[in-house]
This record gives sequence, C-alpha cells and structure tokens, in this order.
Amino acid sequence: MAISIRNLSTTLMHSRKMTMEQKSGLHIKLQQEFPGAVLSVHDQHGDETVTTKRENLLEVIRHLKEDPAFDLNVLIDITAVDGLGMKTKPRFEMVYHFYSLAKKHRLRVKVKIDEKDAVMPTLTSLWPIADWLEREVWDMFGICFEGHPDLKRILMYEEFTGHPLRKDYPYSKRQPLIGPKHA
Amino acid sequence: MLKKTRTESMLLNVGPSHPAMHGIVRIVAEMDGETVVQSEVEIGYLHRAFEKSAEQSGYLQVIPYTDRLNYVSPLINNVGYCLAVEKLFGLKTTERSQYIRVIMSELSRITDHQTCIGASAMELGAFTAFLYLIKARETLYRLIEAVTGARLTISYTRIGGVKGDLPPGFREGCREAFKEIRSVNKEVDALLTKNRIFVDRMQNTGVISRETALAFGITGPFLRSTGVDYDVRRASPYLVYDRLDFDVPVGEHGDNYDRYLCRMEEMEQSIRLVEEALAQMPEGPVLLNTEGQVIPAETMVDEAKMGRTEGLGLKTADFDPTLEGAHKSNYAQIETSNKRAMLPPKEATYSSIEGLMHHFKMIMDGHGIRPPQGEAYFPVEGANGELGFYVVSDGTGQPYRVRVRPPCFMIMAALPLLINGGTMADIVPTFGSVNMIGGELDR
Repeated sequence: MAISIRNLSTTLMHSRKMTMEQKSGLHIKLQQEFPGAVLSVHDQHGDETVTTKRENLLEVIRHLKEDPAFDLNVLIDITAVDGLGMKTKPRFEMVYHFYSLAKKHRLRVKVKIDEKDAVMPTLTSLWPIADWLEREVWDMFGICFEGHPDLKRILMYEEFTGHPLRKDYPYSKRQPLIGPKHA
Repeated sequence: MLKKTRTESMLLNVGPSHPAMHGIVRIVAEMDGETVVQSEVEIGYLHRAFEKSAEQSGYLQVIPYTDRLNYVSPLINNVGYCLAVEKLFGLKTTERSQYIRVIMSELSRITDHQTCIGASAMELGAFTAFLYLIKARETLYRLIEAVTGARLTISYTRIGGVKGDLPPGFREGCREAFKEIRSVNKEVDALLTKNRIFVDRMQNTGVISRETALAFGITGPFLRSTGVDYDVRRASPYLVYDRLDFDVPVGEHGDNYDRYLCRMEEMEQSIRLVEEALAQMPEGPVLLNTEGQVIPAETMVDEAKMGRTEGLGLKTADFDPTLEGAHKSNYAQIETSNKRAMLPPKEATYSSIEGLMHHFKMIMDGHGIRPPQGEAYFPVEGANGELGFYVVSDGTGQPYRVRVRPPCFMIMAALPLLINGGTMADIVPTFGSVNMIGGELDR
C-alpha cells in the first residue's frame, strides 16, 4: 500500500516552525565563545545541542554554570549512547542535559569518546548528583570517570560481569545466580 | 565512683525488605544510639532492564514497559514516552487527544499523591488516613479502568494519540469522584494537618535547602517544598497546559511537613485542571442512530474473509471491552492522521485489505513506526518531578536508545544528607515523603 508522505512533511514543517520560535541560540553562542572546543552544533527538534572536545569539557561546563548569560544551574541528566549499532566512530557518546532555572532554557552537551580510551572527567566537583549518574553510566556502559570519589556499580550487583547497555552485550545473556556470601 | 560507659557505633540495615520501605531498597545506617551518624543508600533491587528491553522492541511495544516504571501513576509515563517519540517524529496530535492526555495525567497525579500521603501517614501510625485515601483512590481507579480497560498496567496512549475515546458518562464520573476526593481530603486534612503527633514528626525533619536540592537536580514537590516554583507544566508547557489556569504550590522550609502540604494542594490543583480541561475540550462524536449498523467484530471478519466487503467498512464493529472507545467514529479526534504513525481503526483492519495491510505494516517486526534519524529529549511533570525521556532513533523500527530520567533517582541520591544527624525514627517520615517508586528508580 502506498503511504502518503505528504502528511509527514507538513507536520515536520510545523515542528520546525515551533523550533524557530523557541530558539534562544545558546549552542551558537557557545560555539562563538569556544571556537576551539566546540566541534559541532545542531538544534534538531528544538533541542539545542553542542558537541565538545573531551579535554575542554570541564572548562566549558564551568562556564555554562557560572556565566550569567547561560546560567545553566541544574544538571538534569547524564547518560551515554553506544554507537556500535550505527557504526559511529568514535564509539561512545556522553550526553549531558542542563537546565537553567532562571532563564528557563535547556542545553544538551555531548562528548564523543573512543572505546579504547573510555574515560571522562567527573562532574562531581560541580554537581553532587553527578556521583550517582556517573556510577550508572559506568555500570551500564563501562565508561570510567576520572576523579570520581567512589566509582562502583549502582543498579547491577558487584559480581555482575560486563556492561549491559553496550550494544554487544546480548539481550538474553544469563549470569549465574549469586547466593549469600557467607552461606 | 563514676564508670565511663564504653560506646561504639552500630551498623543497622534498614531494608532491603522492610515494612516501611516502599519497595526494595537498602539503607545502611551507622547508628550512635538513636542517632544516624552516616548512611548509605543501595538501590537496584528492582532493575528489570527497561532501557535494554526498549532497544529490542518496536516503538509501540515500549508503551507497556513504561506502565511499569512509575506504577503508581503509569499514565504520566505513557504520555511522556509518546510525547518524546512524537517530538522525534514531528507529529501533530489532535486537540481532543491532547486534552484527554492532560486529564488522564492529572488523574494519575492525584492517585500518586494519595498513595504517597496515605502511606507515609500510615507509617506514622495514622492508619485511618491511609484507608480513607485509598478508598477515595478507588473511585479514580474505577474511572481509569472505564477509560483504559485496566487499573494499573493501562498502556493507554499511542504514538500520535490515545487508544480510545473517553467513555460515555466520564464527565459525571469525574464529578462524583472529585466530590468524594474533596470530602476525603478535607477529612484527611482535619485528621493530620493540625495533629500534634503528625506535625511533631513531620516538621523540621528531613530538611533540605534550596541550594542542595538544586545541586542534586531534585524537581517536583520535593523541590517546590523548598520554595522554588519549578514545575515543567509551567516552565515549558506541553500538551494544552498553557491554556489551563492552575497554581503551583510552593513550601518554605523544605521539610517533610511542607512536602505533605504541597502534595495536598497539588491534588486540589489537579482536580481544577481536569475540570477546566473537561470544560474546554472539544466535543467527541455524536452518536447517531446505529440501528443495524453495529455488528459483532467476528461477524465482520468472517464477512470480509468471504469477500462480502461492500459497505462493510461503514458499519461499526462491536468488539472486546478493552477496545472501548476505539471505534472508527472516534478515530479522527483521538489519533493523528499521519498514516506512518497511526494504527488503523479496527473496522478498517477487519473489513478491507488496505486496512489489514496498514495494520500489518505498523505491527510487524522490521516495519512499524520509524521516526527519522535523530534524538529528542522530552520532559513532563511526573508526580515526583521532572520525568524525561531521551529517545535516539537510527531510522529503523526499533528505538536505538531510550533513556528515562527518573525523578526519584535524584532524591534517593540526596537521601543520606536528609537522614544523617537525625534519629532512626525520622528516617520513616523522610523516606515516606521521597515517594520512592522502585519501578522508576531502578527501571
């Protein structure tokens, strides 16, 4: 059956129009201020996004937090995406979401890192919540955080091997049950 | 002669299975007598690999999984997930379906707050309040059941709309339920708000400052109790929240008592939102004389199999009660018209080959809904705070990555700060006011 894509394109245009209205241009501004650190920007579906170099991440994020023009004072979320299935290189992408309580705008910061060198600087010095969020990323993706006070598994148990949200971890893989340690 | 007593601290395991733990979570507390010196929270006991499972299934198949995130207010999860995928798709939904989503989200929020207040009051010995609230919650569950066909695992929204229209008599049902809830809330207010025992245990316990709450990314009633008026429905309005008038209650002290008051007031505001939405909502289809036009769904399928399809698509099928409200006549108002995202109405599937193929294309592996490549983050106001869905699409029929930002994860991370230095007995009301939901926390 032929499916008309006309409907699709009109709705897409609608969403783009909405995007234009909401835009506050944070990603462009950041790119202008850090031309060496910001690799690329986009605002797909209205989510303003910057991709930065790993070595500049802390500097950029501290600026985002402290500069009154950005004022991104809430760390909403830290997560990662494993690009193995899409064959993206480098393999992993760290995704940070920030929100400004006063200015009511959002920004997503991404960092691409390689599998062989999956180490990120920790944000625990800037936001205490980064502690648990980074532990989850370590648990699920096996990405290390340099300087993290206590990097250990959070959702899985100590004896679990592997990192389940990696695309090469089989969905139906079973691991042996563990009993009480001193039984 | 005085003899010095030798003292040393004691390690106490609260949980993982404990009557005052709303789910399974473990708090390892170092006690000095009755005082908590240090504590550590251990989570993950209810981890069911939601995010991994979502990567293995189609976009529509994720919806039932989202019911099981926050199982006390599952409708908000449904709505949040669908909004994120719709954002990725650039889909426009109909006005009536947006109002329905708002109404159902708010009903869910009320059930969540009732459970939270009821359970934490019960843990402090106020069993009556718990029973009253759960009894009032039942009226809402009955309403939710009438709309969705289920009480808990509702799977009500679809990408592009909702499963079915509101049933006849929904307005009256709401009116009666709200009357009951308001009267019960009044009773609970009388029982608790000025109750000496309740106030003594709630006031000045579990205090969190505004700065700490923000540093931990805490949102929802927990943040609002410290005086920050952040509410996703107000800060970045989605659906039709910008057309509705409501207040965001804020506290002052950031203690358990303020959180209780915030939740009580939010229930009233949710009722107000539903009433306004019901008044503004565009009317559903008017039932015409359907004499001879309604045939059993099985008959329709049989007729179509025999090739007697002439005029069959114009008839209405009488199907299973769980599909109530999903008739062809309802469809234009509750589902998007984008054929790449909508499931065809059952009448079309049963009576015509085009409809059957359309259905097949949406359901089968390797077909289905395929948003364009990209990523989108959509926050909604869950009962515990900002519930965000971050969805990445690689252009296939399966989501490449679905990430949930669970609101109570942040609160649980801050929990040691709230209970350290307090007494063992204070853990109970503080933990109750967190409203930890294991399904959402551990995913």
